[in-house]
Amino acid sequence: MCLGIPGKIIEINGEMARVDVAGAVKEANISLMHSVKAGEFVIIHAGFAIERVDEVKAQETLSLIKEITG
Amino acid sequence: MKYIDEFRRREEAQGLLRKIREISKKEVSIMEICGTHTHSISKYGIREGLPPNIKLISGPGCPVCVTSAADVNRIIDFSRSRRDVIIATFGDMMKVPGSVSSLQEEKANGADIRVVYSPLGAIDIAKKNPEREVVLFAVGFETTVPTVAATILAAKKEGFRNLSVLSLHKLTPPAMKALMDSGEIHIDGFICPGHVTAVIGARAYSFLATDYGAPCVVAGFEPIDAIMGIYMLVRQLEEGRKDIEIEYNRVVTWEGNQLAQEVINNVFEPSDSLWRGIGNIPGSGLWIREELSEFDAMKRFSIPPGADAEPKGCRCGEVLKGLITPDACTLFAKACNPEFPIGPCMVSSEGTCAAFYKYRKVA
Repeated sequence: MCLGIPGKIIEINGEMARVDVAGAVKEANISLMHSVKAGEFVIIHAGFAIERVDEVKAQETLSLIKEITG
Repeated sequence: MKYIDEFRRREEAQGLLRKIREISKKEVSIMEICGTHTHSISKYGIREGLPPNIKLISGPGCPVCVTSAADVNRIIDFSRSRRDVIIATFGDMMKVPGSVSSLQEEKANGADIRVVYSPLGAIDIAKKNPEREVVLFAVGFETTVPTVAATILAAKKEGFRNLSVLSLHKLTPPAMKALMDSGEIHIDGFICPGHVTAVIGARAYSFLATDYGAPCVVAGFEPIDAIMGIYMLVRQLEEGRKDIEIEYNRVVTWEGNQLAQEVINNVFEPSDSLWRGIGNIPGSGLWIREELSEFDAMKRFSIPPGADAEPKGCRCGEVLKGLITPDACTLFAKACNPEFPIGPCMVSSEGTCAAFYKYRKVA
């Protein structure tokens, strides 16, 4: 039930945002987030954005994995 | 799909598994708390890729599964006695068997029970049915709690008088503590849930390292995230370190989502809560605060607990505590299957029995 999926914010309208989730456009409530902007990726759970996805950190993790697996 | 495809690549997954086999020497028991991890581990055959000295144990991480029989019977009894009320709930709750029926059977018999994807769905129902009472049966861990809290605050702001919430929420760290205190099971380290921790922050597990000597790694849910999480934990165990580490650092921070925490604290306060298989865990549940009692279904209606009776022969309680794997239960994949589940662990897609059933080897 704690399933969350990453989606890209397309447009913000008050407390709601239109989010691109793997090509499907969904509505998500952004009232649990401080100042999100269009273009940012967020994790969507039960109709709410619950946290940002950090692109730099994602790349760091992937590089680390590459380094480990050689 | 960004942030998904990169974390599903075969080469890296196999490379990490090779690396784990290379560095792993000690016999270790690792518990994955979260049902979504249990599902990923089964789905991607991760258990089979690990050396035999690493034992993965599935924990009490499926909210539907850990809801006590008393609470399951409580909500089913309520749906039978109050046919005038509209009940909103998450889909996973529908098929959970109580002592006499399930919400799904009650719906077939005339109860007005509606499945919502988001708690905000309950607001829409309340808006469209101003003359009727709407009760949201809210189960879930810290990931879901702020969404329900925000829904209650939105209902207050918009002046709804016909919406209330039955809070059956559960908190993760107190359950981990209860497992360690029980002395029933030996756990060397934990794979901690990515999305619960996105909300509460990784520091919430510090006590496990300092008080119990159990290292933790917070991991994401894609196969490479789960394998990398296991790699990081195995490395700690091999080196004798007891740290809290974050694999899923593209989403999880040490502090968590502080705005979400604030919203939770404005609406709920900790309470005792009854867990299936584990019993009462102090401070592991959430009550709606007194000042918002108009939205508390417990205060608005009489909803006494039902019979605390486990289904006959069901060993979900032991599965939830990691004491047995599902195949040790004589009902598993025979009398109990996803079509006709006897216990909740076979109902929810995140239940350990459901994951073992779906991805089991059939000779």
